[in-house]
Amino acid sequence: MATKLMAAVLVAGVTLAGCGGGPQSGGGKVSGDAIKLGVITDLSGVYSDVGGKNSVEAAKMAVDDFTKAHSDDAVTKNIDVSQADHQNKPEIANTAAREMYDRDGVDAIFDVPTSSAALAIATVAKQNKKLYFNTGAATTELTGAQCNAYTYHYAYDTYMLAHGTGTTVTEQGAKRWYIIYPDYAFGQDMNKSFTEAIEKAGGTVGAADPTPFPNDNFSTFMTKAPNLNPKPDVLGVMQAGGDLVNVVKQYNEFGLKAKGVGLAVGLMFDTDIASIGVESLSGTLFTTAWFWNMDDKSREWADRFKERTGKRPTFDHAAVYSAVTQYLEAVQRAGTDDADAVRKELDGMEFTDFFARNAKIRAEDHSVVHDSYLVKVKSKSAMKEDGDFTELVRKIPAAEAFRKPTGCDM
Amino acid sequence: MTELLQQLVNGLVSGSFYALLALGLSVIFGMLGVVNFAHGAFYMLGAVGAFVLLDTVGLSWWLALLVVPIVLGILGMAFERLLVARLVSLDPLYNFLLTFGIALILQDVVRLRYGVASQPYSRPALLDGSVDLGLFDYPKYQVFVFAFSVVVSVLVWLALTRTRVGVIVRASTERPELTRALGIDVRRWVTPVFGFGIALAGLAGVLAAPMRAVNANMGADIIIVIFAVVVIGGLGSVFGSVTAGYLVGMITAVGNLYVPAFSQSLVFVLMALVLLVRPAGLFGREEGVRT
Repeated sequence: MATKLMAAVLVAGVTLAGCGGGPQSGGGKVSGDAIKLGVITDLSGVYSDVGGKNSVEAAKMAVDDFTKAHSDDAVTKNIDVSQADHQNKPEIANTAAREMYDRDGVDAIFDVPTSSAALAIATVAKQNKKLYFNTGAATTELTGAQCNAYTYHYAYDTYMLAHGTGTTVTEQGAKRWYIIYPDYAFGQDMNKSFTEAIEKAGGTVGAADPTPFPNDNFSTFMTKAPNLNPKPDVLGVMQAGGDLVNVVKQYNEFGLKAKGVGLAVGLMFDTDIASIGVESLSGTLFTTAWFWNMDDKSREWADRFKERTGKRPTFDHAAVYSAVTQYLEAVQRAGTDDADAVRKELDGMEFTDFFARNAKIRAEDHSVVHDSYLVKVKSKSAMKEDGDFTELVRKIPAAEAFRKPTGCDM
Repeated sequence: MTELLQQLVNGLVSGSFYALLALGLSVIFGMLGVVNFAHGAFYMLGAVGAFVLLDTVGLSWWLALLVVPIVLGILGMAFERLLVARLVSLDPLYNFLLTFGIALILQDVVRLRYGVASQPYSRPALLDGSVDLGLFDYPKYQVFVFAFSVVVSVLVWLALTRTRVGVIVRASTERPELTRALGIDVRRWVTPVFGFGIALAGLAGVLAAPMRAVNANMGADIIIVIFAVVVIGGLGSVFGSVTAGYLVGMITAVGNLYVPAFSQSLVFVLMALVLLVRPAGLFGREEGVRT
């Protein structure tokens, strides 16, 4: 009995660990005179602060601004935003996307953190011939082997993160790397991209270890790092969210910096910096698509965002706003929400807005390329206000930041 | 060789958390026959509680180490009295569902207030830096965690073996029917033992706050391993769960070194092996298994 009970308990435990809220979806009938937008995101799990309900809010904000700007000439006054929680699971993302496109008549889907979920939705978009703008997931597959004519990839990808951080840190003299990455699609992709970038810049990756996901104990790797032969100059960590917090706390605990092993972080959001504490991170380099106080234009938007949500935006929130705005403007120009007509408006378009600078929507692979930024975490004393975490080290021009079209055949 | 030793020390440190959690889970199971699914959630509340007290009233980590387990222990007792006790006489699955539900609720309450982002918590200044262990340097804080958990485990052991209350509790834990037959009121001890188990989970949480990510999910992530630890050690066996806690910690650490992709499965492979060879767990007694 006891043994059987424990077996049941273990099974339920697995369920508990991956449990979130139930799916929600917007209702409403398709009406000829309406644009319907859907935000599919993580509303309760690990990425719900990076994206989550504030991604929905960013989309609504874009709709409000669009309606205001086109108060007399808008193609339609009926624009609504619905939301769904994909719980970071591809199969739930798939169902949510189908419901939105088929049942609710949604014209375009936005956000979608978690690479596997994003790839699932890209497939649904292709089958339904409806548009999908990814801003939340990082995999280069979306614009590579699994690209399609209806999917656009905004904001960032693993190539851009790796080539920003990996290349610069290597060129600055940290030639020998030790990489640890979470053992799932995103981590594996990051490891590959970083290794490529490091080797191209003349460095070597002495060792790369997969770590369990999620994981709260990285002491093995912290002990291993300074004992590797040859000793690595820098530890490249590809963990995200709570795992990243664990890694950095333990990196500091084991005093690796004093032992001559520097720290480079693959992907970091402001929310992560707040969790870890600036003191523990100051000086750490990472690459970002945008940060809220990088200039007046960004700050102005970030202030309005804060008024609405009470929080500072992550770059994902800014990207959702930008993508929704560019999409609505394209519909406005095309005079229709027909996906193929809107696609023609978007392909090859060059634009600049508060988020995407010197941006171009590449027709070949639907990668939306724009300037990205190599930044450094400030020291506590240099912080002028709440959330003022990063300072610009180098602007990476759009053409250099993203990879050339690779392996995409639409 | 030094590296292997270092990994074993790493394992002892992460094992400290497993040991404290498994110890609490084990006494609760022994005493009530209840698999407390909310144990991980109370561990999480321990860490979050330390953060909240620091954030709102500036309570130091040292005081949190005392205050948080007491508060959670009281909460645990109320939880047992008001809810768990009502279902004890029914099929164990009812309490299993109850505690499972409570775990979800506690997790969501924290999520509602603080989101999923981890809360910042820094090390107490006194335990900053590292100590020389002869062969290698090791973070002072982690040495403290290990030493502390050993002291707590030993104290619990002494309390259970050397005091009259302890003997009653142990007797009720390991042979409840027989103890009752001897005319001892087992019921009387159920609530305090439950509270004590929860307090241990809270204590582990406070210990975790400075070195791990403090967020709503931290309990759900660790609880599965804890169940495996308890099964390996032997359900209801106090000594077994502590030993298995350190053992599992060391296996995971060494596994991370040699077979990183496979390290988490190792725990469950061990569990399967133990169940095959000794179905009652390493330190459990055959007749202790109720069928």
